[in-house]
Amino acid sequence: MDPSYALSFKLNGRQVKQEVSPRTSLADMLRNQMGLTATHIGCEQGACGACNVVVDGKTVRSCLIFAIQMEGAEIETSQGFEGDPLMATLRENFANRNALQCGFCTGGMLLAARDLIKTTPKPNREEIREHISGNFCRCTGYEAIVDAIWKTAHEALDLEGEK
Amino acid sequence: MSGPYENTERHTQFVGQDKPRRNAVRHAHGRGKFVDDIVLANMAHIAFFRSPYAHAEIISIDVEEARNLLGVVDVFTAADITDICTPWVGKLDHFPGLRSPEQLPLANGRARWNGEPVVAVVAETRAIAEDALELIDVEWQELPAIVGIDNSRSADGPLVHPEYDSNVAFVMELTAGDSKDAFANADVIVEDTLELGRQTGLTLEPRSIIADFDPSLRKLTAYHSTQTPYQMQDIFTRHFNLSEENVRVISPDVGGSFGMKLHVYGEEMAAVAASIRIGRPVKFIADRMESFLSDIHLREHKVHARMALTKDGDILAMQVDDATGIGPFSVYPRTSAMEGNQALRLMGAPYKMPHYDGKLTVLFQNKAPTCQYRAVGHPIGVTTTEHLVDLAAKKLNMDPFEIRRRNVTTQDMYPLKTAGGYILERLSHEECLDKLEKLMDYQALRAEQAELRERGIYRGIGIGAFIEITNPGPAFYGVGGARISSQDGCFMKLEPSGKIRIAVSVTEQGQGTETVMAQVAATYLGVDIDHVDVITGDTERTPYGGATWASRGAGIGGSTVMIAALALKENLLEIAAVILQGDASKFDIVDGEIIDIATKRSVISLSELGRIAYFRPDTLPADYHPQLSVTRHYVPQGTPFDFTNGVQASYLEVDVETGIVKLLDHWVVEDCGIILNRQLVDEQIRGGVVHGLGGILFEECLYSPEGQLMSATMADYLAPLANEMPDIHIAHCETPTNMTPLGAKGVGEAGTAAAGAVVLNAVNDALHPLDATLRTTPLTPERILTALGKI
Repeated sequence: MDPSYALSFKLNGRQVKQEVSPRTSLADMLRNQMGLTATHIGCEQGACGACNVVVDGKTVRSCLIFAIQMEGAEIETSQGFEGDPLMATLRENFANRNALQCGFCTGGMLLAARDLIKTTPKPNREEIREHISGNFCRCTGYEAIVDAIWKTAHEALDLEGEK
Repeated sequence: MSGPYENTERHTQFVGQDKPRRNAVRHAHGRGKFVDDIVLANMAHIAFFRSPYAHAEIISIDVEEARNLLGVVDVFTAADITDICTPWVGKLDHFPGLRSPEQLPLANGRARWNGEPVVAVVAETRAIAEDALELIDVEWQELPAIVGIDNSRSADGPLVHPEYDSNVAFVMELTAGDSKDAFANADVIVEDTLELGRQTGLTLEPRSIIADFDPSLRKLTAYHSTQTPYQMQDIFTRHFNLSEENVRVISPDVGGSFGMKLHVYGEEMAAVAASIRIGRPVKFIADRMESFLSDIHLREHKVHARMALTKDGDILAMQVDDATGIGPFSVYPRTSAMEGNQALRLMGAPYKMPHYDGKLTVLFQNKAPTCQYRAVGHPIGVTTTEHLVDLAAKKLNMDPFEIRRRNVTTQDMYPLKTAGGYILERLSHEECLDKLEKLMDYQALRAEQAELRERGIYRGIGIGAFIEITNPGPAFYGVGGARISSQDGCFMKLEPSGKIRIAVSVTEQGQGTETVMAQVAATYLGVDIDHVDVITGDTERTPYGGATWASRGAGIGGSTVMIAALALKENLLEIAAVILQGDASKFDIVDGEIIDIATKRSVISLSELGRIAYFRPDTLPADYHPQLSVTRHYVPQGTPFDFTNGVQASYLEVDVETGIVKLLDHWVVEDCGIILNRQLVDEQIRGGVVHGLGGILFEECLYSPEGQLMSATMADYLAPLANEMPDIHIAHCETPTNMTPLGAKGVGEAGTAAAGAVVLNAVNDALHPLDATLRTTPLTPERILTALGKI
């Protein structure tokens, strides 16, 4: 059996402790040990984007990071962002525009979208398409996703009070 | 054509179209539940040792060291499970002569493709199971691999199955009229050979199952990422010698399927075998490399086709010789002959083509098995036909719209039988072509194309017509002996609160099935869509049915829900009449209220009706038993399929220095009959188009000459990403079918059917001045530069 090591980190706003084996990926830890199953594993090769999480402010692939690297880190998953008006609006617009069909890519796509709007507040369609091109969606053909992100970025949304 | 539902009064507006899908809301909040999200107590995990060779004799297998690894629960080979799992064969009676050997969950004696599962390891964790795979020692005798189509067809080459006299699995020939005579008398003949690259499904959620066998009752519960829980219930029952009522298949959220998740796979059968062997739940989640190696592949075809025309551009005939490589087995239970069968029958199908000879040769190879996938056969038939139509148009100096307008089947011809043998009730080709020409502003685009060409910019316009097979009846599988239901069932009840719950046998994989079923129920009952809850994907909680495939969910499932809703409504009106001592025929249901038709006023709400009927039936007449739920089943009637039609167009630019294709615009005009939900229909089309665009431009399962899969990661198998895809403009015509009460046809295949064909035509249009023609797909930069003579 693998040895395990105790870690302490912040997950979706809460300080947590977790024991992990050295070979456990961040994605596997989040899913199998912490029950955060909206972080989906689509390829384990860093290609598909379904496992996107935010670590210390950066959107990264949780399948390519070992959990043991997370000591002291601040992690947000697609199930976090409680009280975040931008994420709330993205979720609403994704649902309204049917910007997801099977839902498997959605968590990762939402994080990519949020990341874009944070850095490029009013992206055009090309910029949106470029930015989400690290995330595969096999159902929608992407247009509805682009529409939902565009609407979120361009509608009168008061993001001033946001962190 | 007079159909059984010709005079049915139909709704054309459906309740709740503007509401988001409840499933979409759930997924957007991270509340999905896929098979891998389910954890059962005492659950073990299975992993597979796979063949490193495309073709090899298994001399010996040593699993002792693997078995002794701490945490390993079970290790087995094919020989170890022949007593609990019976073999299967992918044949159907209506493909006479189709042959394929028996298959077991694991390779038995010989491995026939790179990645075929050979040994199963069951362990406490997937990681331990994978550790154990490293400890397995197999001695192999490598055999020559049969890889290419020509390689397989070669008369004196090696055989995939030594017990057969050749690598031919199936041959089919179709004849209409006299094509020889037509070619002899034709003014113009065009011909070409197309080689269409092998693709795979690439659902983002890989294949997944948890098999949970309870030995005390011999009861199996499978949580299975499948489109077809009833078909799998039947297969698990028969092949594991279980009793049907003791087999429950639950499909929770399914992360994409597209036809890939309705076939029988060795790994999933092995997971069931493992659970039976150890009496514990066993989980199998394919990793991405396993998916590339062992999910079904599709559409590897080499088509030689000719078209004969008059000098005025009338299509007289086609002659087609289509060969397809299906891997070592015909896939169970739907067979690997269906794709070629449909491709052959769809040749020339939009057109008035009196004469036709088609031949299909289905060949064994040492590659992953191929089988049905979204738009089965359509892209092959449509790409071949539309390529020839464009070649003919160029030769005749006719405009692509003009030649198609001249040849499409017209309103005065229906019902008609196509040269390939399909019966068409009524289509709208002419209207669709007119709409497309306006939608894309065709003349302006041609002007722009000409102007840019002067400046050395090569843009192309491609158009193509298609018909689409939807709403299949029993002719599809049932008559061939497959135990795949063509009927569907719906249970519907009034909750005491006045809300509605329905359980239906069609299933959801993201298309919006549940939303559409709720819409149909809400519309025909007269209630708010938010007051309808829909249950799908559980053989124990829903009536038996065919489920969702071949664009049957909305048309057939919707019709099932419609008749159930009408039956429940009749019951509810009768109950209201009893409560109110009135006449049921004077009442209707609107917005959840029973109204008096004459005054349009509410006389009682469904919630009050529910309260009285469930909790105070003592206030009703003696011996009156309110029927508060109904079950109805619906069997598709009339023609074997309900065909839809449409046209697509592509506008693109080819960089003649790099060979890179930039998609600029894409249009679809299609006719799926009555539209139940415009947004969901459009998104089915867009998603389907992008599958077609991926197939024509990027996606290819590449094998080495030795049969090694070279494209087994998502970095090597290129699927479309957002920055490579255009916006897709959609318009509709609505020709309802009289073959279903609802009037709706399917739409899931339409986008994929012709998207690739119009891109091929557009690329060839762009390169026409340079005398280059592409005929091998996908249209990679390398192939384009080769066609241009640059490399």
